[in-house]
Amino acid sequence: MTLATATVRSGRGTPRGGRGDGRRRDGRRRDGATWFLVLPALIPILILSVGPLLYGIALAFTDAQSGRTRSTQWVGVLNFQDLLHDTLFWDSFRIGLLWAVGVTVPQFVLALGLALLLNANLRMRWLARALAIIPWAMPEVVVGIMWRLVYNPDAGILNETVRDLGLGDGRDWLTGLATALPAVIVVGIWAGMPQTTVALLAGLQNTPHELHEAAALDGAGAWRRFRTVTWPAIRPVALAISALNFIWNFNSFALVYVLTSGGPGGRTRLPMLFAYEEAFRYGQFGYAAAMGCVMVAVISVLLALYLVGRLRGGEDA
Amino acid sequence: MSPRTSGTVRAGQYAALLCYLAFLAFPFLWLISTAFKPARELGSLHPTWIPQDPTLDNFRQAFDEQPLLRAAANSLTAALCAALIAVVIATPMAYVTARHRGRLSTAATGWVVVSQAFPFVLVIIPLFLVLKYLHLINSLWGLILVYVVWSLPFALWMLAGYVRAVPPELEEAAAVDGAGKARILVSVTAPLLAPGIVATALFAFITAWNEFFFALVLLKTPEKQTLPVVLTHFLGAEGVADLGPLAAAAFLATLPSLVLFAVIQRRITGGLTAGAVKN
Repeated sequence: MTLATATVRSGRGTPRGGRGDGRRRDGRRRDGATWFLVLPALIPILILSVGPLLYGIALAFTDAQSGRTRSTQWVGVLNFQDLLHDTLFWDSFRIGLLWAVGVTVPQFVLALGLALLLNANLRMRWLARALAIIPWAMPEVVVGIMWRLVYNPDAGILNETVRDLGLGDGRDWLTGLATALPAVIVVGIWAGMPQTTVALLAGLQNTPHELHEAAALDGAGAWRRFRTVTWPAIRPVALAISALNFIWNFNSFALVYVLTSGGPGGRTRLPMLFAYEEAFRYGQFGYAAAMGCVMVAVISVLLALYLVGRLRGGEDA
Repeated sequence: MSPRTSGTVRAGQYAALLCYLAFLAFPFLWLISTAFKPARELGSLHPTWIPQDPTLDNFRQAFDEQPLLRAAANSLTAALCAALIAVVIATPMAYVTARHRGRLSTAATGWVVVSQAFPFVLVIIPLFLVLKYLHLINSLWGLILVYVVWSLPFALWMLAGYVRAVPPELEEAAAVDGAGKARILVSVTAPLLAPGIVATALFAFITAWNEFFFALVLLKTPEKQTLPVVLTHFLGAEGVADLGPLAAAAFLATLPSLVLFAVIQRRITGGLTAGAVKN
């Protein structure tokens, strides 16, 4: 049955007034049907997502440990007081912020560049699209393994290129104190670029084309056109995707776990790795949950500031 | 972009695009190259892009060193079950949230957004305790449960979009013809939703197939572990890896995701092609 016939039939079959009655009767019956449709998803969400989240927050106020026989006690804000003085955690937190900003910002700039190129009627766009699948679809573990092969001091292509260009003997990128964090940040940028590009490109394609042409006719240069026409149009998408990227990056785990396991000397120990070790290596469930709470709290505040600031900026402009 | 793009600008654009292509492609090409290199070449100080003496030894060795087939079977079971269950329970809910504006829809959307923001660590500890209580630690079923819930936000999001694309008039027409609510869903809405449901299921499959963190925490014995976890065993305790087999195994583990993603990418990255004709 096609759409056209469907509408015709519905029009013919519903005399005025009768339809409204049907709706009302339907509305009363709908509650039951709605719950029937929603429950299969709602129950697992409540038990395995909302519940654990609340449970996790509660755990932060207890001394829960793994494999202990004594029952768990409420300890109030003790975990948070300890955390306040835990320099290792704050080091890790600082690294996490460095990593999240260091990945999110270049990721956004590079993705915006790529999106603009893909929007510019070039050949080989199909190739870019095909290649963009790779970082996106790949298991994070494989991304990590792959880049370890690239960074490998002897058999890696990076050092070989460095040697070919006569820039020295190359180095052990992932174990050098100075190079480890930048090296993993590059991987982070690589891994997240496709999603960001696709989101921005979708935004770009909603930009009114006429405005562009009008601006060009008025003699506006490329940069001016970008600032006055393109950017306002993609701003909402740009805000959303950069905020999401920041959260995802801050919470990322597998990439760095595979690349460096947090080494050398904790230089790449992201907060997630720190909390994972605390919880599942040392069994400090309560303390690790407190870390999770602090992570959520700080990130929420930062994001709120970012979004509010950005939205204000939009009103001024 | 602008109708009058000069030659130099075009050249610059192509140069930039080439740089992007190289950056996106080279790690993967290097992985493939490493996977087909014999041990002798991997030990050489001057690695080449193209293996001089390509071999399949690394693949053979990879299967000898680690139980890859069993791991792949575990991954397949977990991802398949998780994807199917997620889609089956998410579709009705997505339908409700898309069709009926109300507190429930708002709450569902809110939860989808919020669930993105929480670090896994805050969820994994309680989940670990809950699953332990249910004796589902070190069990694929426990992992499947976690994957289902974990893929629900995105599944709901995607499916709600597909539901909105189905015109409500069709359903109203069927209702007028006397079809019951269930009948309408099964014989009118479901067939129209089918492509979207398949895309969502494939996406959920890929996410579960690729997932590492939950599998690392929840699966203890090697017999139960999934592919990503087993892959990290190649890295060894001191991080000294047997590069060839590692690359071979990593390459194989990626293939299913790449193939499936290629199938659904037009739906997910539709923006990449939409509008290409308009200019």
